[in-house]
Amino acid sequence: MIWFYLTSGLFLGWSVGANDMGNIFGSALSTKMLRFSAAAVLSSVFVVLGAMITGFGTTRTLGSLGDVNAIAGSFTVALSTALTVFLLIKRGLVVSVSQAIIGAIIGWNIFTSSPTDYRSLAQILVSWIMSPFLAGLFSFVYYYLLMQFLKRSKTHLLEIDYYMKAFAVFVIAFGAYSLGANNIANVVGVFVSSSPFSDISITSDIIISPAHQLFFLGAVSIVVGIYTYSRNTTETVGKRIFKLTPISSLASIFGASTVLFLFSSTTVEKLLNGIGLPSFPLVPVSITQAIVGAVIGIGFAKGGRYINYKILGKIGIGWIITPLASGIICLVLLFIMQNVFNREVYTALKFEINRPVIRQIEKWGVPTGNFTNIKDTAFESQQEFRGFLTKLGYDKEEYMFRIFKGAKVEYFHADSNYAKEKMNPNVFTQGQINSIKQMHNETFRHKWMLYERMKSLSDEWNDLPRIPQNEYLNKELEEKRETVCDMFRVK
Amino acid sequence: MLLKKTKKLEIQIDEFLDKVLNGGLVLKQGIKYYLNNQTEHFEESLKDIDKTENDADTLRRTIETKLYMHTLIPEQRGDVLGLLESTDKVLNSCKEVLFQFSVEKPAIPEEFSKEYIDLADTSVSAVECMIAAVRSYFSEFQMVRDNINKTLFFEKESDKLADKLKRDIFENKNLDLSGKMHIRYFVYHVDEIADAAEDVCDRLSIAVIKRYG
Repeated sequence: MIWFYLTSGLFLGWSVGANDMGNIFGSALSTKMLRFSAAAVLSSVFVVLGAMITGFGTTRTLGSLGDVNAIAGSFTVALSTALTVFLLIKRGLVVSVSQAIIGAIIGWNIFTSSPTDYRSLAQILVSWIMSPFLAGLFSFVYYYLLMQFLKRSKTHLLEIDYYMKAFAVFVIAFGAYSLGANNIANVVGVFVSSSPFSDISITSDIIISPAHQLFFLGAVSIVVGIYTYSRNTTETVGKRIFKLTPISSLASIFGASTVLFLFSSTTVEKLLNGIGLPSFPLVPVSITQAIVGAVIGIGFAKGGRYINYKILGKIGIGWIITPLASGIICLVLLFIMQNVFNREVYTALKFEINRPVIRQIEKWGVPTGNFTNIKDTAFESQQEFRGFLTKLGYDKEEYMFRIFKGAKVEYFHADSNYAKEKMNPNVFTQGQINSIKQMHNETFRHKWMLYERMKSLSDEWNDLPRIPQNEYLNKELEEKRETVCDMFRVK
Repeated sequence: MLLKKTKKLEIQIDEFLDKVLNGGLVLKQGIKYYLNNQTEHFEESLKDIDKTENDADTLRRTIETKLYMHTLIPEQRGDVLGLLESTDKVLNSCKEVLFQFSVEKPAIPEEFSKEYIDLADTSVSAVECMIAAVRSYFSEFQMVRDNINKTLFFEKESDKLADKLKRDIFENKNLDLSGKMHIRYFVYHVDEIADAAEDVCDRLSIAVIKRYG
């Protein structure tokens, strides 16, 4: 059954391999710089590497938007995404899985009464708009530099072509890596929370986490898409978008891949933060839209020729229609799954309101006046809790999200043995490890309670001042706290 | 390994262009020998250009096969092959002209010798500039434009000289009409070499736009 549920995600992977990968090596094939077999092997290897090494960043962003916690729900979210993309592409819109999945996740949030994190959503929306423009900018610069170099170079034409082929290999590898890193979240991201897998230990140091197993499966489904269908799409893509010279098509794919890479790489995030710059949000974006932006960038580099502004309008409409359509389809399918097929599309969560919880959410900037005369209460599901909060007058989704976060009941049992066994001294500081040891046998009902306790025992659990330089370090710290949570969580 | 093969091919392309250039120079010299009645030297030029043309053909075929086998990006390949073929046609024309002199032995009065030599000089200058243009297409892009312009200049000059020579021939009182018509054809043939060089440059302009436009 588990494998059946995964099929919708794997189908999404297949479509990424079949369609998006075609965008990456389409031009190299149509200009016959590479043979299909070479392009397919190259992109398969790099898409798997990208997904396994850099796939986490974007997956986390999707997870923070909506934590789909039952596998039948994940299946439905992925299925509605696939359906939406299929239906809208047939209508000639430039749509992408990246946009459809967001709508479907929000659909799941609405169906289950879970709050949506508007901060993550805003980040995602901004990234969609930024990605084609950035891709245009990058490809403009790449194209301009490449042309200047070629025009001034005294290298023989045949050698230039030789280097061009080498550059095509690099661009395809980089594009496949970036696509794997950026889009694996679309393929299996919604299955991470409800993953049926458990850790696989190869040696005591090398453990393959459930998320990594999912990433691998997703990447394999992309590879299957490359081998079974991408050839058909490359033929249309190569001729439709890329009636350009080999140089311009390479520059455009390189530009688009750079954008995907920037929107997925934690290393770039760390580097940018390190020099005091704000980083790019790690968000799945659409390679097709980035390439369209990139081709327009090349058009500008060539002095404004070849620019079809209508296509920008089509992308813009896609940004609105795609998530809306997938949201609605997801709602309908979730209803059918739950009521017709009797499947659990979400796991009910427990919540409680009491003084400590109210104090905590007040710290997070939520006005708590409405709770003044409320007795300690427990809630058995998201719907019940949302209904209660709505009655109290909380209608802002932002507050709802924070209250949900503070009131969610989970059980944690601290065990100092874990600190010895699982806390790698290369990852955690000695102060952090010692603080965990001191917490032996303590139990907590809320995640924030565990965090607060950790912070009270060691200052090394506390966030650093909020400046760009510390952004990445704080994120890393949050991940470490999350690891501790996962260790102590009682299921 | 592949780069080594590429370098070897580059050398062969250069050798091919050398041969075409050489063919032009031999033609110029051959016409001079003919007009100066230096028959032995003229026959030597004839042999020379025949051999050069044969060698160039063989070389061109080798280059074409190699280009198809393992080097160029196909989109550029067509342009390069077309360019080499049209360049080869220039050499063919040079050989053809010299052979026509040998076969038809036109009786060109001495008073026209200088004009014929000037015409051959200008036509071959167009070939020289065309070869420079093709070379720069391969390795020094920024010079292509200059060399194409020079070729076009010499082609126009050659047209002017040919026009003047034809008028002079037909205004001449000492030649009968058949003689005039016969030597007129040789004006036409020599001028055609510059036209062939111009054709190569036209192709080159398109190839440049396709590659860098």
